[in-house]
Amino acid sequence: MTPTTVVSAAALDAEPGLDAFGNDPWWIILIKALAVFVFLMLCVLMMIMADRKVMGRMQQRHGPNRFGPWGLLQSLADGVKLSLKEDLIPRTVDKVIYIAAPMIAAIPAFFAFSVIPVGPEVTMFGVETRLQLTDLPVAVLLVLATASLGVYGIVLAGWASRSPYPLLGGLRASAQVISYEIAMGLSFIAVFIYAGTLSTSGIVEAQQNIWFAVILFPSFVIYLITMIGETNRLPFDLPEGEGELVGGFMTEYSSMKFTMFFLAEYVNMVTVSAMSVTLFLGGYLAPPPITTFWPGANEGWWPALWWLIKFVCVMFLFVWVRGSLPRVRYDQLMKLGWKILIPIQLVWITAVAVIRVLNNQEYPGYVTAIVIGVFGLLVFLGLWAWSRAAAKAKAQEAAEHEAELRARRENPMYGGFPVPPMIAPHYGTSVLAEEPRYQPASAPKREEVSGA
Amino acid sequence: MELYTPIFVLGGIGAAFVIVSMIVGAIAGPKRYNRTKLQAYECGIEPTPQPVGGGRFTIKYYLTAMLFIVFDIEVIFLVPWAVHLDALGIFGLVVMILFLVNVSIAYAYEWRRGGLEWN
Repeated sequence: MTPTTVVSAAALDAEPGLDAFGNDPWWIILIKALAVFVFLMLCVLMMIMADRKVMGRMQQRHGPNRFGPWGLLQSLADGVKLSLKEDLIPRTVDKVIYIAAPMIAAIPAFFAFSVIPVGPEVTMFGVETRLQLTDLPVAVLLVLATASLGVYGIVLAGWASRSPYPLLGGLRASAQVISYEIAMGLSFIAVFIYAGTLSTSGIVEAQQNIWFAVILFPSFVIYLITMIGETNRLPFDLPEGEGELVGGFMTEYSSMKFTMFFLAEYVNMVTVSAMSVTLFLGGYLAPPPITTFWPGANEGWWPALWWLIKFVCVMFLFVWVRGSLPRVRYDQLMKLGWKILIPIQLVWITAVAVIRVLNNQEYPGYVTAIVIGVFGLLVFLGLWAWSRAAAKAKAQEAAEHEAELRARRENPMYGGFPVPPMIAPHYGTSVLAEEPRYQPASAPKREEVSGA
Repeated sequence: MELYTPIFVLGGIGAAFVIVSMIVGAIAGPKRYNRTKLQAYECGIEPTPQPVGGGRFTIKYYLTAMLFIVFDIEVIFLVPWAVHLDALGIFGLVVMILFLVNVSIAYAYEWRRGGLEWN
Protein backbone atom coordinates (compact mmCIF):
# COMPACT_ATOMS: atom_id res chain seq x y z
CA MET A 1 0.00 0.00 0.00
CA THR A 2 1.55 3.31 -1.00
CA PRO A 3 1.26 6.26 1.34
CA THR A 4 -1.26 7.96 -0.90
CA THR A 5 -3.74 5.14 -0.40
CA VAL A 6 -3.53 5.19 3.38
CA VAL A 7 -6.67 6.83 4.65
CA SER A 8 -5.90 9.13 7.50
CA ALA A 9 -8.19 8.91 10.47
CA ALA A 10 -8.34 12.69 10.50
CA ALA A 11 -9.83 12.76 7.02
CA LEU A 12 -12.50 10.29 8.03
CA ASP A 13 -13.23 12.21 11.20
CA ALA A 14 -13.80 15.45 9.38
CA GLU A 15 -17.59 15.30 9.54
CA PRO A 16 -19.27 18.64 9.00
CA GLY A 17 -20.40 19.90 12.35
CA LEU A 18 -23.80 19.21 13.74
CA ASP A 19 -23.13 21.70 16.54
CA ALA A 20 -26.22 23.68 15.62
CA PHE A 21 -28.40 20.78 16.70
CA GLY A 22 -29.09 19.10 20.00
CA ASN A 23 -28.92 22.22 22.19
CA ASP A 24 -32.47 23.53 21.92
CA PRO A 25 -34.40 24.02 25.16
CA TRP A 26 -37.13 21.44 25.68
CA TRP A 27 -40.00 23.80 24.92
CA ILE A 28 -38.50 24.73 21.56
CA ILE A 29 -38.24 21.01 20.73
CA LEU A 30 -41.87 20.59 21.70
CA ILE A 31 -42.98 23.60 19.63
CA LYS A 32 -41.05 22.41 16.60
CA ALA A 33 -42.30 18.83 16.93
CA LEU A 34 -45.89 20.05 17.23
CA ALA A 35 -45.39 22.36 14.25
CA VAL A 36 -44.05 19.48 12.16
CA PHE A 37 -46.96 17.29 13.22
CA VAL A 38 -49.53 19.97 12.37
CA PHE A 39 -47.78 20.61 9.07
CA LEU A 40 -47.89 16.91 8.22
CA MET A 41 -51.59 16.64 9.07
CA LEU A 42 -52.43 19.80 7.12
CA CYS A 43 -50.42 18.51 4.19
CA VAL A 44 -52.31 15.24 4.26
CA LEU A 45 -55.69 16.98 4.38
CA MET A 46 -54.78 19.46 1.65
CA MET A 47 -53.14 16.80 -0.47
CA ILE A 48 -56.18 14.54 -0.44
CA MET A 49 -58.31 17.51 -1.41
CA ALA A 50 -55.86 18.74 -4.05
CA ASP A 51 -55.51 15.22 -5.36
CA ARG A 52 -59.22 15.01 -6.05
CA LYS A 53 -59.53 18.60 -7.29
CA VAL A 54 -56.60 18.40 -9.71
CA MET A 55 -57.61 14.94 -10.90
CA GLY A 56 -61.09 16.34 -11.45
CA ARG A 57 -59.78 19.22 -13.53
CA MET A 58 -57.59 16.84 -15.54
CA GLN A 59 -60.68 14.79 -16.32
CA GLN A 60 -62.74 17.89 -17.16
CA ARG A 61 -64.95 17.83 -14.11
CA HIS A 62 -65.04 19.86 -10.91
CA GLY A 63 -64.02 17.56 -8.12
CA PRO A 64 -65.26 18.14 -4.57
CA ASN A 65 -66.56 21.69 -4.14
CA ARG A 66 -69.25 21.58 -1.46
CA PHE A 67 -67.50 21.71 1.91
CA GLY A 68 -66.01 25.08 2.73
CA PRO A 69 -64.73 27.55 0.12
CA TRP A 70 -63.81 25.65 -3.09
CA GLY A 71 -64.25 22.39 -1.22
CA LEU A 72 -61.22 23.07 0.99
CA LEU A 73 -62.71 21.30 3.99
CA GLN A 74 -63.69 18.19 2.06
CA SER A 75 -61.06 15.87 3.52
CA LEU A 76 -61.76 17.11 7.05
CA ALA A 77 -65.38 16.15 6.58
CA ASP A 78 -64.29 12.80 5.18
CA GLY A 79 -62.12 12.20 8.23
CA VAL A 80 -64.94 12.97 10.66
CA LYS A 81 -67.31 10.78 8.72
CA LEU A 82 -64.84 7.89 8.64
CA SER A 83 -64.38 8.05 12.40
CA LEU A 84 -68.15 7.73 12.83
CA LYS A 85 -68.34 4.61 10.67
CA GLU A 86 -68.79 1.14 12.02
CA ASP A 87 -65.49 -0.42 13.10
CA LEU A 88 -65.86 -3.91 11.74
CA ILE A 89 -63.49 -6.76 12.58
CA PRO A 90 -64.24 -9.91 10.56
CA ARG A 91 -64.46 -13.06 12.63
CA THR A 92 -61.73 -14.94 10.80
CA VAL A 93 -58.90 -12.42 11.24
CA ASP A 94 -55.82 -12.78 13.39
CA LYS A 95 -56.97 -10.18 15.85
CA VAL A 96 -53.77 -8.91 17.49
CA ILE A 97 -51.86 -8.47 14.24
CA TYR A 98 -54.98 -7.13 12.54
CA ILE A 99 -55.24 -4.28 15.05
CA ALA A 100 -51.50 -3.67 15.27
CA ALA A 101 -50.99 -3.45 11.50
CA PRO A 102 -52.48 0.04 10.94
CA MET A 103 -50.40 1.38 13.81
CA ILE A 104 -47.24 -0.21 12.43
CA ALA A 105 -48.01 1.37 9.07
CA ALA A 106 -48.83 4.84 10.39
CA ILE A 107 -46.48 5.52 13.31
CA PRO A 108 -43.08 5.12 11.56
CA ALA A 109 -44.30 7.47 8.84
CA PHE A 110 -44.11 10.36 11.31
CA PHE A 111 -40.48 9.79 12.33
CA ALA A 112 -38.88 10.55 9.01
CA PHE A 113 -39.90 14.18 8.71
CA SER A 114 -37.86 15.13 11.81
CA VAL A 115 -34.65 15.30 9.77
CA ILE A 116 -36.00 17.36 6.87
CA PRO A 117 -34.37 20.82 6.77
CA VAL A 118 -36.91 23.56 6.09
CA GLY A 119 -34.63 26.53 6.70
CA PRO A 120 -31.37 27.75 8.22
CA GLU A 121 -30.98 29.50 11.59
CA VAL A 122 -33.87 31.72 12.62
CA THR A 123 -34.86 33.46 15.82
CA MET A 124 -37.85 31.75 17.37
CA PHE A 125 -39.20 33.40 20.54
CA GLY A 126 -35.78 34.87 21.25
CA VAL A 127 -33.92 31.59 20.75
CA GLU A 128 -31.57 30.96 17.85
CA THR A 129 -32.57 27.68 16.28
CA ARG A 130 -32.68 25.99 12.93
CA LEU A 131 -35.89 25.32 11.04
CA GLN A 132 -35.31 21.60 11.34
CA LEU A 133 -36.33 19.37 14.19
CA THR A 134 -32.99 17.63 14.43
CA ASP A 135 -30.17 16.32 12.30
CA LEU A 136 -28.11 13.17 12.62
CA PRO A 137 -24.82 11.97 11.19
CA VAL A 138 -26.96 9.26 9.55
CA ALA A 139 -30.10 11.27 8.81
CA VAL A 140 -30.77 9.85 5.35
CA LEU A 141 -30.49 6.31 6.66
CA LEU A 142 -33.16 7.16 9.24
CA VAL A 143 -35.52 8.13 6.43
CA LEU A 144 -34.78 4.93 4.52
CA ALA A 145 -35.27 2.85 7.65
CA THR A 146 -38.61 4.35 8.62
CA ALA A 147 -39.81 4.16 5.01
CA SER A 148 -39.21 0.42 4.99
CA LEU A 149 -40.69 -0.11 8.47
CA GLY A 150 -44.04 0.99 7.08
CA VAL A 151 -44.03 -2.03 4.77
CA TYR A 152 -44.40 -4.30 7.79
CA GLY A 153 -47.77 -2.72 8.45
CA ILE A 154 -48.93 -3.46 4.90
CA VAL A 155 -47.66 -7.05 4.87
CA LEU A 156 -49.06 -7.84 8.30
CA ALA A 157 -52.41 -6.28 7.35
CA GLY A 158 -52.63 -8.55 4.32
CA TRP A 159 -51.48 -11.54 6.34
CA ALA A 160 -53.75 -11.04 9.34
CA SER A 161 -56.88 -10.51 7.24
CA ARG A 162 -56.96 -14.22 6.27
CA SER A 163 -58.62 -13.43 3.00
CA PRO A 164 -57.32 -13.91 -0.55
CA TYR A 165 -57.39 -10.33 -1.79
CA PRO A 166 -55.60 -8.77 1.16
CA LEU A 167 -53.01 -11.53 1.16
CA LEU A 168 -52.25 -10.93 -2.51
CA GLY A 169 -52.16 -7.18 -1.93
CA GLY A 170 -49.76 -7.54 0.98
CA LEU A 171 -47.44 -9.85 -0.94
CA ARG A 172 -47.44 -7.56 -3.95
CA ALA A 173 -46.73 -4.56 -1.76
CA SER A 174 -43.78 -6.20 -0.07
CA ALA A 175 -42.25 -7.40 -3.33
CA GLN A 176 -42.77 -4.01 -4.96
CA VAL A 177 -41.45 -1.91 -2.11
CA ILE A 178 -38.31 -3.94 -1.60
CA SER A 179 -37.63 -3.89 -5.34
CA TYR A 180 -37.91 -0.13 -5.55
CA GLU A 181 -36.10 0.47 -2.30
CA ILE A 182 -32.84 -0.79 -3.80
CA ALA A 183 -33.04 1.58 -6.73
CA MET A 184 -33.92 4.35 -4.28
CA GLY A 185 -30.97 3.59 -2.02
CA LEU A 186 -28.67 3.46 -5.04
CA SER A 187 -29.88 6.84 -6.26
CA PHE A 188 -28.85 8.33 -2.91
CA ILE A 189 -25.30 7.01 -3.31
CA ALA A 190 -24.42 9.50 -6.04
CA VAL A 191 -25.65 12.32 -3.80
CA PHE A 192 -23.49 11.07 -0.93
CA ILE A 193 -20.46 11.00 -3.21
CA TYR A 194 -20.92 14.66 -4.08
CA ALA A 195 -22.09 15.88 -0.67
CA GLY A 196 -19.62 13.85 1.40
CA THR A 197 -22.08 13.59 4.28
CA LEU A 198 -25.27 11.82 5.33
CA SER A 199 -26.70 14.69 7.35
CA THR A 200 -29.57 16.37 5.54
CA SER A 201 -28.54 19.93 6.41
CA GLY A 202 -25.02 19.17 5.17
CA ILE A 203 -26.42 17.85 1.89
CA VAL A 204 -28.45 21.04 1.42
CA GLU A 205 -25.42 23.23 2.16
CA ALA A 206 -23.42 21.24 -0.39
CA GLN A 207 -25.85 22.43 -3.08
CA GLN A 208 -25.01 26.13 -2.65
CA ASN A 209 -23.44 26.32 -6.09
CA ILE A 210 -25.57 23.96 -8.12
CA TRP A 211 -28.46 21.65 -7.36
CA PHE A 212 -27.77 17.94 -7.43
CA ALA A 213 -30.79 17.51 -9.70
CA VAL A 214 -28.70 19.18 -12.42
CA ILE A 215 -25.36 17.41 -12.07
CA LEU A 216 -26.86 14.06 -11.03
CA PHE A 217 -29.85 14.14 -13.36
CA PRO A 218 -30.18 10.34 -13.88
CA SER A 219 -30.21 9.79 -10.12
CA PHE A 220 -32.92 12.43 -9.79
CA VAL A 221 -35.12 10.86 -12.46
CA ILE A 222 -34.73 7.39 -10.96
CA TYR A 223 -35.48 8.76 -7.51
CA LEU A 224 -38.70 10.30 -8.82
CA ILE A 225 -39.74 6.94 -10.29
CA THR A 226 -38.87 4.98 -7.16
CA MET A 227 -40.56 7.44 -4.83
CA ILE A 228 -43.84 6.81 -6.65
CA GLY A 229 -43.18 3.07 -6.45
CA GLU A 230 -42.33 3.25 -2.75
CA THR A 231 -45.52 5.04 -1.84
CA ASN A 232 -47.71 2.70 -3.93
CA ARG A 233 -49.17 5.51 -6.00
CA LEU A 234 -50.40 5.28 -9.56
CA PRO A 235 -49.05 4.05 -11.94
CA PHE A 236 -47.51 1.65 -9.43
CA ASP A 237 -50.50 1.18 -7.12
CA LEU A 238 -50.82 -2.57 -7.66
CA PRO A 239 -51.06 -3.46 -3.96
CA GLU A 240 -54.44 -1.77 -3.87
CA GLY A 241 -55.42 -1.92 -7.51
CA GLU A 242 -59.17 -1.47 -7.32
CA GLY A 243 -59.87 -3.22 -10.59
CA GLU A 244 -58.10 -6.42 -9.65
CA LEU A 245 -57.76 -6.74 -5.88
CA VAL A 246 -60.85 -4.90 -4.57
CA GLY A 247 -58.95 -2.81 -2.01
CA GLY A 248 -55.74 -4.80 -1.73
CA PHE A 249 -54.32 -5.16 1.75
CA MET A 250 -56.95 -2.89 3.27
CA THR A 251 -60.01 -4.74 1.97
CA GLU A 252 -60.97 -5.98 5.44
CA TYR A 253 -60.36 -2.68 7.21
CA SER A 254 -62.96 -0.09 8.01
CA SER A 255 -63.43 3.13 9.94
CA MET A 256 -60.33 4.62 11.61
CA LYS A 257 -58.16 1.59 10.87
CA PHE A 258 -58.70 2.17 7.17
CA THR A 259 -58.01 5.86 7.71
CA MET A 260 -54.65 5.03 9.27
CA PHE A 261 -53.47 3.28 6.12
CA PHE A 262 -54.63 6.25 4.10
CA LEU A 263 -52.83 8.61 6.48
CA ALA A 264 -49.64 6.53 6.29
CA GLU A 265 -49.72 6.61 2.50
CA TYR A 266 -50.07 10.38 2.36
CA VAL A 267 -47.53 11.06 5.11
CA ASN A 268 -45.10 8.85 3.21
CA MET A 269 -45.78 10.90 0.09
CA VAL A 270 -44.97 14.05 2.04
CA THR A 271 -41.76 12.49 3.32
CA VAL A 272 -40.45 11.28 -0.03
CA SER A 273 -41.31 14.61 -1.67
CA ALA A 274 -39.47 16.45 1.10
CA MET A 275 -36.53 14.09 0.62
CA SER A 276 -36.39 14.79 -3.10
CA VAL A 277 -36.37 18.53 -2.36
CA THR A 278 -33.62 18.06 0.23
CA LEU A 279 -31.37 15.75 -1.77
CA PHE A 280 -31.79 17.01 -5.31
CA LEU A 281 -33.58 20.37 -5.47
CA GLY A 282 -31.41 22.37 -3.11
CA GLY A 283 -33.63 22.12 -0.05
CA TYR A 284 -34.39 25.54 1.37
CA LEU A 285 -31.91 27.40 -0.86
CA ALA A 286 -33.41 30.02 -3.12
CA PRO A 287 -33.56 29.14 -6.83
CA PRO A 288 -30.29 30.37 -8.43
CA PRO A 289 -31.50 33.43 -10.38
CA ILE A 290 -33.08 34.98 -7.28
CA THR A 291 -29.87 35.22 -5.26
CA THR A 292 -28.12 37.24 -8.00
CA PHE A 293 -30.35 40.28 -7.54
CA TRP A 294 -31.46 39.64 -3.96
CA PRO A 295 -28.57 38.55 -1.75
CA GLY A 296 -30.78 38.25 1.34
CA ALA A 297 -32.98 35.57 -0.16
CA ASN A 298 -31.31 32.83 1.87
CA GLU A 299 -31.64 34.50 5.28
CA GLY A 300 -34.27 34.58 7.95
CA TRP A 301 -37.61 32.92 7.28
CA TRP A 302 -37.52 33.29 3.46
CA PRO A 303 -35.89 29.86 2.86
CA ALA A 304 -38.98 28.19 4.31
CA LEU A 305 -40.94 29.76 1.44
CA TRP A 306 -38.53 28.45 -1.22
CA TRP A 307 -38.71 25.04 0.41
CA LEU A 308 -42.50 25.12 0.39
CA ILE A 309 -42.66 26.11 -3.28
CA LYS A 310 -40.38 23.27 -4.34
CA PHE A 311 -42.22 20.86 -2.08
CA VAL A 312 -45.61 21.74 -3.56
CA CYS A 313 -44.20 21.31 -7.07
CA VAL A 314 -43.02 17.78 -6.27
CA MET A 315 -46.35 16.96 -4.63
CA PHE A 316 -48.11 18.20 -7.75
CA LEU A 317 -45.97 15.80 -9.76
CA PHE A 318 -47.63 12.90 -7.92
CA VAL A 319 -51.08 14.03 -9.04
CA TRP A 320 -49.88 14.86 -12.53
CA VAL A 321 -48.37 11.40 -13.00
CA ARG A 322 -51.51 9.84 -11.59
CA GLY A 323 -53.66 11.74 -14.04
CA SER A 324 -51.45 10.96 -17.04
CA LEU A 325 -50.30 7.35 -16.83
CA PRO A 326 -52.26 4.09 -16.79
CA ARG A 327 -51.50 1.45 -14.18
CA VAL A 328 -48.66 -0.87 -15.19
CA ARG A 329 -48.92 -4.64 -15.26
CA TYR A 330 -47.26 -6.53 -12.44
CA ASP A 331 -44.53 -8.13 -14.53
CA GLN A 332 -43.78 -4.76 -16.12
CA LEU A 333 -43.43 -3.26 -12.66
CA MET A 334 -40.95 -5.87 -11.49
CA LYS A 335 -39.10 -5.72 -14.80
CA LEU A 336 -38.74 -1.95 -14.54
CA GLY A 337 -37.44 -2.24 -10.99
CA TRP A 338 -35.01 -5.12 -11.37
CA LYS A 339 -33.94 -5.12 -15.00
CA ILE A 340 -33.86 -1.44 -15.87
CA LEU A 341 -33.48 0.83 -12.85
CA ILE A 342 -30.90 -1.22 -10.95
CA PRO A 343 -28.45 -1.86 -13.83
CA ILE A 344 -28.66 1.79 -14.89
CA GLN A 345 -27.96 2.84 -11.32
CA LEU A 346 -24.96 0.54 -10.93
CA VAL A 347 -23.35 1.85 -14.12
CA TRP A 348 -24.22 5.45 -13.24
CA ILE A 349 -22.77 5.24 -9.72
CA THR A 350 -19.56 3.76 -11.06
CA ALA A 351 -19.37 6.56 -13.62
CA VAL A 352 -19.96 9.24 -10.98
CA ALA A 353 -17.33 7.76 -8.68
CA VAL A 354 -14.78 7.45 -11.46
CA ILE A 355 -15.29 11.04 -12.59
CA ARG A 356 -15.17 12.34 -9.03
CA VAL A 357 -11.94 10.52 -8.18
CA LEU A 358 -10.30 11.57 -11.44
CA ASN A 359 -11.22 15.20 -10.75
CA ASN A 360 -9.72 14.99 -7.27
CA GLN A 361 -6.49 13.36 -8.39
CA GLU A 362 -5.72 16.14 -10.89
CA TYR A 363 -4.30 13.85 -13.51
CA PRO A 364 -3.34 15.28 -16.90
CA GLY A 365 -6.24 15.56 -19.28
CA TYR A 366 -5.37 12.57 -21.43
CA VAL A 367 -5.60 10.12 -18.51
CA THR A 368 -9.13 11.32 -17.79
CA ALA A 369 -9.95 11.07 -21.49
CA ILE A 370 -8.62 7.51 -21.69
CA VAL A 371 -10.48 6.35 -18.59
CA ILE A 372 -13.73 7.93 -19.72
CA GLY A 373 -13.23 6.50 -23.20
CA VAL A 374 -12.66 2.97 -21.87
CA PHE A 375 -15.61 3.28 -19.53
CA GLY A 376 -17.84 4.59 -22.29
CA LEU A 377 -16.69 1.74 -24.56
CA LEU A 378 -17.53 -0.83 -21.88
CA VAL A 379 -20.96 0.67 -21.36
CA PHE A 380 -21.52 0.78 -25.10
CA LEU A 381 -20.47 -2.87 -25.48
CA GLY A 382 -22.76 -3.84 -22.61
CA LEU A 383 -25.67 -2.00 -24.21
CA TRP A 384 -24.95 -3.59 -27.56
CA ALA A 385 -24.85 -7.10 -26.07
CA TRP A 386 -28.01 -6.37 -24.14
CA SER A 387 -29.91 -5.08 -27.17
CA ARG A 388 -28.78 -8.10 -29.21
CA ALA A 389 -29.99 -10.47 -26.50
CA ALA A 390 -33.26 -8.55 -26.24
CA ALA A 391 -33.78 -8.68 -30.02
CA LYS A 392 -33.04 -12.42 -29.99
CA ALA A 393 -35.51 -13.03 -27.18
CA LYS A 394 -38.11 -10.95 -28.99
CA ALA A 395 -37.59 -12.89 -32.22
CA GLN A 396 -37.91 -16.17 -30.34
CA GLU A 397 -41.10 -15.02 -28.68
CA ALA A 398 -42.52 -13.94 -32.04
CA ALA A 399 -41.58 -17.33 -33.54
CA GLU A 400 -43.32 -19.17 -30.71
CA HIS A 401 -46.38 -17.01 -31.13
CA GLU A 402 -46.36 -17.65 -34.87
CA ALA A 403 -46.03 -21.41 -34.29
CA GLU A 404 -48.99 -21.36 -31.96
CA LEU A 405 -51.08 -19.42 -34.44
CA ARG A 406 -50.17 -21.91 -37.14
CA ALA A 407 -51.10 -24.80 -34.91
CA ARG A 408 -54.40 -23.11 -34.22
CA ARG A 409 -55.10 -22.69 -37.92
CA GLU A 410 -54.23 -26.27 -38.77
CA ASN A 411 -56.17 -27.80 -35.94
CA PRO A 412 -59.21 -25.88 -34.77
CA MET A 413 -59.33 -28.07 -31.70
CA TYR A 414 -55.87 -26.83 -30.68
CA GLY A 415 -55.98 -26.06 -27.02
CA GLY A 416 -59.59 -27.28 -27.03
CA PHE A 417 -60.66 -26.07 -23.67
CA PRO A 418 -62.37 -23.80 -22.64
CA VAL A 419 -64.04 -22.61 -25.85
CA PRO A 420 -64.91 -25.43 -28.24
CA PRO A 421 -64.74 -24.23 -31.82
CA MET A 422 -67.75 -24.55 -34.08
CA ILE A 423 -66.29 -27.54 -35.88
CA ALA A 424 -66.23 -29.61 -32.73
CA PRO A 425 -68.95 -32.22 -32.46
CA HIS A 426 -71.97 -31.27 -30.47
CA TYR A 427 -73.06 -33.75 -27.94
CA GLY A 428 -76.32 -35.40 -28.54
CA THR A 429 -76.52 -34.63 -32.25
CA SER A 430 -75.04 -36.44 -35.15
CA VAL A 431 -74.61 -33.49 -37.46
CA LEU A 432 -72.20 -30.59 -37.43
CA ALA A 433 -73.76 -27.47 -36.06
CA GLU A 434 -72.39 -25.31 -38.80
CA GLU A 435 -70.14 -25.59 -41.76
CA PRO A 436 -66.61 -24.65 -40.67
CA ARG A 437 -65.79 -21.17 -41.89
CA TYR A 438 -62.21 -22.07 -42.50
CA GLN A 439 -61.24 -25.17 -44.38
CA PRO A 440 -57.93 -26.50 -43.07
CA ALA A 441 -55.34 -27.14 -45.75
CA SER A 442 -55.12 -30.79 -44.94
CA ALA A 443 -58.71 -31.28 -43.97
CA PRO A 444 -59.27 -34.58 -42.28
CA LYS A 445 -62.21 -36.52 -43.59
CA ARG A 446 -65.19 -35.26 -41.66
CA GLU A 447 -66.83 -38.06 -39.84
CA GLU A 448 -70.15 -37.91 -38.26
CA VAL A 449 -69.51 -38.17 -34.62
CA SER A 450 -72.23 -38.83 -32.22
CA GLY A 451 -72.00 -37.75 -28.66
CA ALA A 452 -71.76 -39.92 -25.61
CA MET B 1 -28.41 11.31 22.42
CA GLU B 2 -29.73 14.85 22.39
CA LEU B 3 -29.79 14.70 18.62
CA TYR B 4 -32.20 11.77 18.79
CA THR B 5 -34.62 13.08 21.43
CA PRO B 6 -36.68 15.28 19.06
CA ILE B 7 -37.28 12.29 16.77
CA PHE B 8 -38.91 10.43 19.61
CA VAL B 9 -40.90 13.51 20.62
CA LEU B 10 -42.32 13.74 17.10
CA GLY B 11 -42.85 9.98 16.94
CA GLY B 12 -44.58 10.11 20.31
CA ILE B 13 -47.00 12.79 19.12
CA GLY B 14 -47.69 10.74 16.01
CA ALA B 15 -48.19 7.53 18.00
CA ALA B 16 -50.53 9.27 20.44
CA PHE B 17 -52.58 10.61 17.56
CA VAL B 18 -52.78 7.24 15.84
CA ILE B 19 -53.73 5.29 18.97
CA VAL B 20 -56.25 7.86 20.22
CA SER B 21 -57.98 8.14 16.86
CA MET B 22 -58.17 4.36 16.54
CA ILE B 23 -59.76 4.10 19.98
CA VAL B 24 -62.17 6.92 19.10
CA GLY B 25 -63.04 5.14 15.88
CA ALA B 26 -63.71 1.91 17.76
CA ILE B 27 -65.98 3.68 20.27
CA ALA B 28 -67.77 6.24 18.14
CA GLY B 29 -69.08 4.06 15.35
CA PRO B 30 -72.36 2.14 15.46
CA LYS B 31 -72.25 -1.60 16.13
CA ARG B 32 -74.77 -3.59 14.14
CA TYR B 33 -73.26 -6.97 13.43
CA ASN B 34 -74.67 -9.88 11.54
CA ARG B 35 -73.17 -13.13 10.36
CA THR B 36 -72.49 -12.09 6.78
CA LYS B 37 -70.93 -8.82 7.82
CA LEU B 38 -68.35 -10.62 9.91
CA GLN B 39 -67.25 -12.84 7.06
CA ALA B 40 -64.15 -12.08 5.03
CA TYR B 41 -64.99 -10.10 1.90
CA GLU B 42 -64.89 -12.14 -1.25
CA CYS B 43 -67.17 -10.39 -3.70
CA GLY B 44 -70.30 -11.80 -2.09
CA ILE B 45 -69.58 -15.50 -2.34
CA GLU B 46 -68.98 -17.78 0.63
CA PRO B 47 -65.38 -17.09 1.68
CA THR B 48 -62.76 -19.67 0.82
CA PRO B 49 -61.54 -21.30 4.02
CA GLN B 50 -58.01 -20.01 4.55
CA PRO B 51 -55.39 -22.43 5.81
CA VAL B 52 -54.15 -21.69 9.31
CA GLY B 53 -50.84 -19.89 9.13
CA GLY B 54 -51.51 -18.39 5.72
CA GLY B 55 -50.82 -21.36 3.45
CA ARG B 56 -48.31 -21.35 0.63
CA PHE B 57 -47.41 -18.82 -1.97
CA THR B 58 -45.12 -18.84 -4.93
CA ILE B 59 -41.39 -19.33 -4.50
CA LYS B 60 -40.72 -16.19 -6.56
CA TYR B 61 -41.38 -14.02 -3.55
CA TYR B 62 -38.59 -15.79 -1.69
CA LEU B 63 -36.25 -15.38 -4.65
CA THR B 64 -37.02 -11.67 -4.80
CA ALA B 65 -36.52 -11.37 -1.06
CA MET B 66 -33.14 -13.10 -1.22
CA LEU B 67 -31.95 -10.93 -4.08
CA PHE B 68 -33.21 -7.93 -2.13
CA ILE B 69 -31.04 -8.88 0.85
CA VAL B 70 -27.96 -9.16 -1.36
CA PHE B 71 -28.58 -5.76 -2.89
CA ASP B 72 -29.57 -4.09 0.34
CA ILE B 73 -26.30 -5.16 1.92
CA GLU B 74 -24.54 -3.84 -1.16
CA VAL B 75 -26.25 -0.46 -0.73
CA ILE B 76 -25.28 -0.38 2.93
CA PHE B 77 -21.65 -1.09 2.00
CA LEU B 78 -21.78 1.63 -0.62
CA VAL B 79 -23.00 4.32 1.78
CA PRO B 80 -19.87 4.79 3.95
CA TRP B 81 -17.70 4.36 0.87
CA ALA B 82 -19.61 7.10 -0.95
CA VAL B 83 -19.37 9.52 1.98
CA HIS B 84 -15.60 9.14 2.21
CA LEU B 85 -14.78 8.62 -1.45
CA ASP B 86 -12.62 11.76 -1.57
CA ALA B 87 -10.45 10.46 1.25
CA LEU B 88 -10.28 6.91 -0.08
CA GLY B 89 -9.10 7.92 -3.54
CA ILE B 90 -8.11 5.52 -6.31
CA PHE B 91 -7.67 2.58 -3.93
CA GLY B 92 -11.23 2.82 -2.62
CA LEU B 93 -12.58 3.25 -6.13
CA VAL B 94 -10.90 0.12 -7.48
CA VAL B 95 -11.90 -1.97 -4.46
CA MET B 96 -15.50 -0.91 -4.72
CA ILE B 97 -15.65 -1.54 -8.46
CA LEU B 98 -14.36 -5.08 -7.82
CA PHE B 99 -17.08 -5.51 -5.19
CA LEU B 100 -19.76 -4.24 -7.57
CA VAL B 101 -18.55 -6.65 -10.26
CA ASN B 102 -18.74 -9.46 -7.71
CA VAL B 103 -22.33 -8.71 -6.85
CA SER B 104 -23.23 -8.19 -10.50
CA ILE B 105 -22.11 -11.74 -11.30
CA ALA B 106 -24.71 -13.15 -8.92
CA TYR B 107 -27.23 -10.71 -10.35
CA ALA B 108 -26.47 -11.70 -13.95
CA TYR B 109 -26.70 -15.36 -12.95
CA GLU B 110 -30.15 -14.93 -11.47
CA TRP B 111 -31.24 -12.91 -14.49
CA ARG B 112 -30.06 -15.62 -16.90
CA ARG B 113 -31.68 -18.38 -14.84
CA GLY B 114 -35.02 -16.58 -15.05
CA GLY B 115 -35.23 -15.52 -11.43
CA LEU B 116 -36.38 -12.07 -12.49
CA GLU B 117 -39.16 -13.24 -14.83
CA TRP B 118 -42.67 -12.48 -13.62
CA ASN B 119 -45.80 -13.56 -15.31
